[in-house]
Amino acid sequence: MRRTRTWARLAAAATAVAVLAACAPGDDNNGDDGGDGTEPTAEDVATDPAEMGDIVLTVWDQEVRGGQSEQIEELNAAFEEAYPNITIDRVSRSTDDLRTTLRLALSGDDAPDVVQANNGRAEMGQYVASSMLAPLDAYAEEYGWFDRFPESVRALAMYSDDGAVYGEGNLYGLPQMGEIVGLFYNKTKLDELGVDPPATTEDLIAAFDAALDAGEVPMQFGNSEPWAGIHQYGFVQNQFVDAETISDLGFGRPGSSWTSEDNVAAAEAIIDWVDTGYFVEGFSGIDYDSAWQSFAQGEGVFFTGGTWLVADLADAMGDEVGFLLTPAGASGQNLVTGGISIPWSIPARSQNQDAAAAYIDFITSADAMATITETGNLPVVDAEQQDVDGLQAEVFDAWAQAGAENLLVPYLDYATETFYDTITAAIQDLLAEQRSPQEFLEHLESEYTAQVDG
Amino acid sequence: MERTQPARAGAGETHGEPATGRRAAKRRGGPPGEPRKLAYLYILPALLVFVLFIGWPLFRSATFSLYEWDGLGSSTWVGLSNYSAVFSDPALRGAFIHALVLIVFYAVVPVSLGLMLAATMMRAGRMRGLGVFRVLIFLPQVVPMVVVAIAWRQIYEPTGPLNSVLRAVGLDGLARPWLGDYTWALPAVGLVGTWVGTGLCFVLFLAGMAKIPRELYEAARLDGARARQEFFSITLPAVRGELAVALTLTIIAALKTFDLVYVMTSGGPGRQTAVPSFEVYRHAFLIGEVGTATALALVLTAIVFVVTVLVNRIGAERGQR
Repeated sequence: MRRTRTWARLAAAATAVAVLAACAPGDDNNGDDGGDGTEPTAEDVATDPAEMGDIVLTVWDQEVRGGQSEQIEELNAAFEEAYPNITIDRVSRSTDDLRTTLRLALSGDDAPDVVQANNGRAEMGQYVASSMLAPLDAYAEEYGWFDRFPESVRALAMYSDDGAVYGEGNLYGLPQMGEIVGLFYNKTKLDELGVDPPATTEDLIAAFDAALDAGEVPMQFGNSEPWAGIHQYGFVQNQFVDAETISDLGFGRPGSSWTSEDNVAAAEAIIDWVDTGYFVEGFSGIDYDSAWQSFAQGEGVFFTGGTWLVADLADAMGDEVGFLLTPAGASGQNLVTGGISIPWSIPARSQNQDAAAAYIDFITSADAMATITETGNLPVVDAEQQDVDGLQAEVFDAWAQAGAENLLVPYLDYATETFYDTITAAIQDLLAEQRSPQEFLEHLESEYTAQVDG
Repeated sequence: MERTQPARAGAGETHGEPATGRRAAKRRGGPPGEPRKLAYLYILPALLVFVLFIGWPLFRSATFSLYEWDGLGSSTWVGLSNYSAVFSDPALRGAFIHALVLIVFYAVVPVSLGLMLAATMMRAGRMRGLGVFRVLIFLPQVVPMVVVAIAWRQIYEPTGPLNSVLRAVGLDGLARPWLGDYTWALPAVGLVGTWVGTGLCFVLFLAGMAKIPRELYEAARLDGARARQEFFSITLPAVRGELAVALTLTIIAALKTFDLVYVMTSGGPGRQTAVPSFEVYRHAFLIGEVGTATALALVLTAIVFVVTVLVNRIGAERGQR
């Protein structure tokens, strides 16, 4: 009896191991991998939503902040009114929550029809590599997206079939808004200091010193949520490093190095800024929202922030706030980190891809761009045709200048699938002087080279 | 083996007409009562729920942990290398060390504090406002952890109340961005755990101490025992059962902390407050290493299981003596 039990247990264990080995995760997708033969061509796609029958279109977005939420609600309502046969089932989550749930949703059988997928390698790149997103080229041809959206915008959502090359290949998403991380400044305070808005790094340092002398906080900053560091570091790097190097590093392309001389200069400069007290005291323990709210309440002369804050800051500060591109440093150019807001994509498993494409076309149309502007945002195209004033006008001018002079450099975390995780922690280490600039750069370089060579 | 036959017959006929003769026959071979195998029928619903919601996910996690998988595409069999990574990766080892530090803050301190508070209140007898104190100390248990975390995040801010108080009393040197400080971030998170955990321990011990017959203390006092002796000879042995429960609950809470870290620091600054549960989340959802994440989760489950068994064994043994 005892022996039988032992044997039974052994057999059970053996079966368990065999079963464990047999059902590899992710295998159930293999059937429809690749999909080379099934990609729609321009002739196959339907473009009249009115003739698509009754459809419930499931849309997952992260447009939850004030003006962003407003614009998408308006556009959704307009879309449903124009095409009564299509009902939009909107699921909106914060950026982080969307990211964590999207993975499972895309690979499930009941995939949403339209999703916002961050265009970096960590998200869109991985989804493309696993054939989770549908290429939009056929729709782009039909709807004329290639003419409407300049190459520089489209490239930010383009990948090769296998997701290995970023910036060329198929189009996998379309953005609604432009996005740049520039320099917000408090006009009143700058006047009091008797300083002009800084155009170069030297001007900026002079303004910082003037602020310190006057007992003001030169630069408001909050880095307890680690991603803010990416923007702040990029802001400094843009003043020391040339556009090509930053783009290579940001897109994870071969040919550049994190340990180059000018990168070392950038890392040493930001440490110098910390030591001199240019950043608000205790920035490592301040979260992002507290930081910009403090800036809005008059604490701090400058704040490095993205255009997503325009509506909120304009509301809080009125005419007191201004916006500038990054001051020009060694390269002589006002390089600015940015690109596009999180693009709208179509999951490969969506049952309503034609309707989904029609929806994306609708929310990125000329009318939509007007709605986006009215709700306080920065439309990715047609910005020059909009009628705006105040802070929004300054932002639109900066965006136009960045486009015309080719000043955009990518977010640093686009580089590899895990670079967001690497660089956020590394910047916290650097700013707390837990890592020397040299160690910090070597740490980044090792991941960059591993990605580029692999 | 002989028992099988009648038992099966009995099980089959529970709803039929149970012949008295059969019952008698059945009893001959075993203990009284219902046939043993029938018991399985009673636990079947619970078992089903368990298998569906705990057993199956556990099994799938075990499967995932043997593969290298990004959560999306196809996977590669890697055997046990995810498990060796759990023990060799310095970042993951660091997470376990942080969890050990948190055990001090989550379990050791609250249990000691809870014991002290409860013993003091028992001695104080009819203290004024006892009910109010009890409510106040237990209150943190009632507040959702996310609310607790957000409140404390504000308390710890560079210009928050804690630093204001320190500056007001002239301790400017101590004021710092607590959650952004490489040395103090983890203790700062741990202290919130202490604040939350103490209430639970306190209430448990208070209940335990209420059962101790007053005569014991009287006798001890007649024999000339001091307060300390009373505590160690009467109070502490009497609440050993509660001690085991409190330790089990708080140690498990320490090992699986996620909410506080996620809301207060996101594991930062650097990786100073990364704990195992947060690393599971980070690997599975942020950097697409589902294999490592599940291996880590299973190791964590095993550790929690072992610790629970150990703590309970100590409690039970002492209790029997």
